[in-house]
This record gives sequence, structure tokens and C-alpha cells, in this order.
Amino acid sequence: MAIDSQVVARVAHLARLRVDDDETGALSERLNEILGMVDQLQQADVSDVEPLAHPLEVSQPLRDDRVTEPDVRDKVLPIAPASEEGCFLVPRVIE
Amino acid sequence: MHDKTLTELKAGLQAKDFSARELTEHFLDRVQARDGELNSFVTVTGEQALAQADAADQAIAAGDHRLLTGLPIAHKDIFCTEGVRTSCGSRMLDNFVAPYTATAVERMAAQGAVMLGKTNMDEFAMGSSNETSFYGPVRNPWDTERVPGGSSGGAAACLAARLAPGATGTDTGGSIRQPAALNGVTGLKPTYGRVSRWGMIAFASSLDQAGPLGLSAADCALMLQAMAGHDDKDSTCLDEPVGDYLGALDQGLDGLRIGVPEEFFPDDLDGAIADNAREAMRELEKQGAKLVKVSLPSIKLSVPAYYVIAPAEASSNLSRFDGVRFGYRCEDPKDLEDLYKRSRSEGFGAEVKRRILVGTYALSAGYYDAYYKRAQRVRRLIRDDFARAFKEVDVLMGPTSPETAFKLGAKADDPVKMYMADVFTIAVNLAGLPALSMPSGFVDGLPAGTQVIGNYFQEGRILNVAHRYQMATDWHQRIPGAFQ
Repeated sequence: MAIDSQVVARVAHLARLRVDDDETGALSERLNEILGMVDQLQQADVSDVEPLAHPLEVSQPLRDDRVTEPDVRDKVLPIAPASEEGCFLVPRVIE
Repeated sequence: MHDKTLTELKAGLQAKDFSARELTEHFLDRVQARDGELNSFVTVTGEQALAQADAADQAIAAGDHRLLTGLPIAHKDIFCTEGVRTSCGSRMLDNFVAPYTATAVERMAAQGAVMLGKTNMDEFAMGSSNETSFYGPVRNPWDTERVPGGSSGGAAACLAARLAPGATGTDTGGSIRQPAALNGVTGLKPTYGRVSRWGMIAFASSLDQAGPLGLSAADCALMLQAMAGHDDKDSTCLDEPVGDYLGALDQGLDGLRIGVPEEFFPDDLDGAIADNAREAMRELEKQGAKLVKVSLPSIKLSVPAYYVIAPAEASSNLSRFDGVRFGYRCEDPKDLEDLYKRSRSEGFGAEVKRRILVGTYALSAGYYDAYYKRAQRVRRLIRDDFARAFKEVDVLMGPTSPETAFKLGAKADDPVKMYMADVFTIAVNLAGLPALSMPSGFVDGLPAGTQVIGNYFQEGRILNVAHRYQMATDWHQRIPGAFQ
């Protein structure tokens, strides 16, 4: 399952990363080395094995349904790159 | 004062041999004078530290002695600290002043700890050499041409150089244990879910765990005692009673069954590293422990499984860094997509971007079953191997790292080679087990570490094993020549 420049460009778009054309060659080489190592997984016989997501397989604990989060707007807006009138500011989305 | 352990400093404060302010000033002066050689701190919080020290002195005067009253601690810069920059070693968060404090840090503060500052680390904890930090590499105090390991490289280096007497770290694939080994200090990764992850910047959420690094097992027990416990704010933080780690330290080892997995001593392992770990086990045998051969056949697949699961989780976790709400934003974005893409590409370093791409690829349509699901099935095999072994033995032991500290730049251009630095530590994260690394001597003048792995919630037991070892040896007391 080799990765070429086209795959790099597609995956980079999915991850919202900008990868310049002159970078994709070297990057796909590196990613192929990593995936080559990862391909050792194909040796394992896992046909009867269930996937494991949590080592202790505990279920999610429940807590009381009550408001615990304080209003933090005045704490989080000052650290935003841009904000106005209590909102985060981004470039125009709708013309 | 800097040659003393946290446990000794605690006794000194209680006996009023020195004040918390004097202690904090001493370490702040040392950081100021010597950290230029190491780069182990990203931010030093002198003013806040002195204020906390003064509060500790008042508490001591009033007879209020808590677990960590007046003891200076350096926190890894992955823990959010309100009002203090929390960079995670990344340009992305170079301007990020956290609006709240991580539970682990808050708990230590509630026990009287003094925060000295925030330590350097691999960017977003992705690395084994501390070379991926936006703030430049940390240098190993035993040889400043060498790496301190990673990702908690700053934490381990500042301890070894006696610039701080205690530190916190996080461990996703070995990030506490490997740097502890490479710097000659003790580091513990607790059971997954033992310490709250709230306010700890996420890398791979099913693997990440916070823990202490210290000059001894006793010091790690002291810090873990403060850090551990259930937290409503982290739904994966388990509601299990916290053990009496300090009380468990002195137990005898008579009858202790130590499992020696053959996979931790592969044919191609450096003989000096293998001998070093075997020598540590012989010391424990003298104290009544028995060595038992065991096998963990599936752990040979732990590095490949990890390099699917960890990047997959990272690609999801790191999607929050989008240049909109906090952190880095590119100049003059032409539209929203340009803002996302350029902010992320300029804000993240090369290794972080590689892992996001690997993770995104592994989770993308058509590859999910072949990579992610398969890696999770292998994860179960690995966990089951450990479960079988723990039916026969109490702890497992072997070398922490296949090598001592390597030269800066030696692996920086070869990610796969770098990933192998964690070949003995990664399986423990996949299984969610607690494990520590303790200093066990020197190979060619550089520290080597031995790993002790316990069953779930057996932190007390592995700290006990390391403490008994440290009662009989003095490797953990050695200080790098230049930092005496």
C-alpha cells in the first residue's frame, strides 16, 4: 500500500495541512518507511481477536446531570487570535 | 541543598533547617545559573514560586504539613497552568496562556508544592530525544553532546542536574521511563486512569498517562501520593482507592517473583545493556526475590501497533488546533480553509505533521480495517500476554531502553530508527500497566535504567521493589560531574 505524492496531497487535505509540491516527494518517502514498519502487523493472526480500545475495558461512568461548567467567555476570548463582540472571528465564510 | 532528595528536603523543612523560601531561591538561582547549558526549562515562574514558597512557610509555621509543603516541583509544559504559558513544546502554543490548571498540577499545589517552572519536551510529546521541541533540544547533563531522551526530556535532565528536586512528566509510549533511564533518575508511569488527564494536552488519549520523575523511588511515591485519584473531569480516570505508596516502600522482597521476559533480551541487544539489567535483578535475588522466565510473544508487534494507534488518536486530538480559538494563526488568511491549513502547517513541526498524516491515512476510508482495527486487535494480544505472565509473577523486569543516551542529531532524520528507542516501553502503554525505570548503573560512562512493570494498580509494589534496590545501591545518588 505505497503512498505516492497524490495520496500525500489527499491525506494532507483531509488533515487540513498545507504541503507544498516540493515537499510531497520526501514526505511520501518518510511515510512509506513508517508504513513499511507498521506493515509487520499483517503477520499477526487476529481473525478471532476482538479489537481493544481501552486496556481495562471499563464502561463510561455516569455522573449527576447538573451544570458544572462556569461561564468562561471572558477568560477564553482574550486568548483567541481574533474576537469581536463576544465571538471568535474568522475570515468571511458567506459572501 | 540541591544534592538532597525530595524526601530529605521535606524532613529539612519540617525540622526548620531551612525555609521554603530559601529552598525555592536556591533552586531558582541554580536554574538561572546553569540551565543555559541544558535548555531544560521553557518557562521559569520565579515570582509565583516565591509566593507559593512564602505561603508554604506560613503553613509550616502554623503546623500545617502536607505531602509536598514547600517542595519545588518542575512541571512538564504539557500541563495547563492558569496564567502561565503552556507551550507543549510547539510554535502552535507559543502564545498560549492557559485559562485553567491541570488536575495533576492542582492536586500537587493543594498538597503545598511550589511550581518552579515548565520543562522542555518534544513537540506535543512526540519524540524520544527532545529534539522536536520548538524551543530547541535539551542536552543531557551527563554529556551535553547527547540527548536526554524524550518526550519528558527537560524533566529528566533538570532532575539529573539537580536544578529541581522533583518533576512531573507524561508517558504515552515511554516518555517518562526512557528519559529517566538516559539521565539516571527514577520515573514512574502509573496505571492508565490512575492520574487525571484533565488539563494535560492530549496526544493519544487511550495511552497518555501522567506520572512523577524523581531522584528516588521514595520521591516518586511521595509525588504520586499527591497526584493519584479519581477526577470527575476525566471520565477515563478510574475510581479506585489510592494505595499507600509511602507505606509500601519498605516491605521485604522475600518470595517476590520477578518475571524475565525473553523478548526484553533479544539476540541483537547490546550485551552491556543486557548485563546491566541482569545485574539489577541479581541484586533483588539477594534480597529474596526469585527469577522466573516468561514469554510475551506478541510484544514484538507493539511498536507497529503503537505507530498506528498513537498517530490515529493524535490526528483526531490535534484537529482542535485550527487557528480559530487559541494558539497560532497564520498572517492574512485568504479564506477559512487557508486559515486552517496555513495555521496548522506553520504552527506544527515536521514530526507532528508526519504523525498527523500517518494517523489520518490509517483512519481514512478503505484503510481503517487494515490499519486501525488490526492494530487494536494486536493490542488485545499484547494485553493478554501480560495478563498470562502476571498469573505467574508479581513484576516483570528488563532494560528500559536498548541503548544509553545517543548523540544529538544521530537519529533526527530517521523516524523509524527513533521509534525503536521505545521498543521496551511501548507495550506497557498498550496494555495500560504501571511501570517505572530506575537507575541501575553506567554503560561507558552513561546512565542505564532498568524497568519494573507491575500489574494494574500495583504502583505500590513496583515502587517498593525499586526502593529496596535503591537501599542496596547508590546509582540513583550519582550526580553528573559538571553539576555537583
